[in-house]
Amino acid sequence: MAENVKPRVRVPKTASKDEVITIKTLISHPMESGQRKDKDGKVIPRSIINRFTAEFNGQLVLDTTLEPAISTNPYLEFDAKVPETGEFKFTWYDDDGSVYEDAHKVEVS
Amino acid sequence: MLISRRGVLAISAGFAGLAMLPISVQAQDAAAAPTQTADEMIAEFTGGAEVAEGDGVKLTAPEIAENGNTVPISVEAPGASEILLIATENPTPGVAKFIFGPLAASQAAATRIRLAKTQDVVAVAKLADGSFVRTAANVKVTIGGCGG
Repeated sequence: MAENVKPRVRVPKTASKDEVITIKTLISHPMESGQRKDKDGKVIPRSIINRFTAEFNGQLVLDTTLEPAISTNPYLEFDAKVPETGEFKFTWYDDDGSVYEDAHKVEVS
Repeated sequence: MLISRRGVLAISAGFAGLAMLPISVQAQDAAAAPTQTADEMIAEFTGGAEVAEGDGVKLTAPEIAENGNTVPISVEAPGASEILLIATENPTPGVAKFIFGPLAASQAAATRIRLAKTQDVVAVAKLADGSFVRTAANVKVTIGGCGG
């Protein structure tokens, strides 16, 4: 269904302890809303990313439910704090059951 | 036979009514699909609790959005555990729900949304003490999103 799905995440590589860092995520995805019609007048079935989660060392940062009203290539920006060196794990859940993952290490000095 | 002006009007009105009929039937079918209204979604989110207006949640949205397909918005509610975003006039009003975990540095998020037409965008936040606050922002949309 959704092809060429590619997550892109911007996370700083280093941070000081408990520093607030801004994370920007974007995943290329058509986010077909289920409202549009093709040229024969048939409704194009819904196909979206319906959930996104961000975790750091297993602890939750953000859990988002996404609806068809989110734009194509869903973009999310949020703040996290890092108590220690570790790894961010980002997960996107597709309507068709696919799961896309991305991970980023952060070094705390 | 002499056709009066009044007669012609009556007949054409009848035809117009007939032509409209299939469309209105289709519209009812679409409405029968399990789509929650904005108020129902808010009620489900709050569990029927009272929602205060104003302070505690901030919604930043452009006053005028030229392209309804990507409207940048951000929402912020210090101390909130969850934020629900709703576009009241979209075919499916739900936009997003944010649940903040222990490592969220601020209870804020920014994203891009679709708006079908000029409407109010509503944010409802669940605060740490379990109470709810809401705020709304009116966005004028020049070209609607959601296709068609």
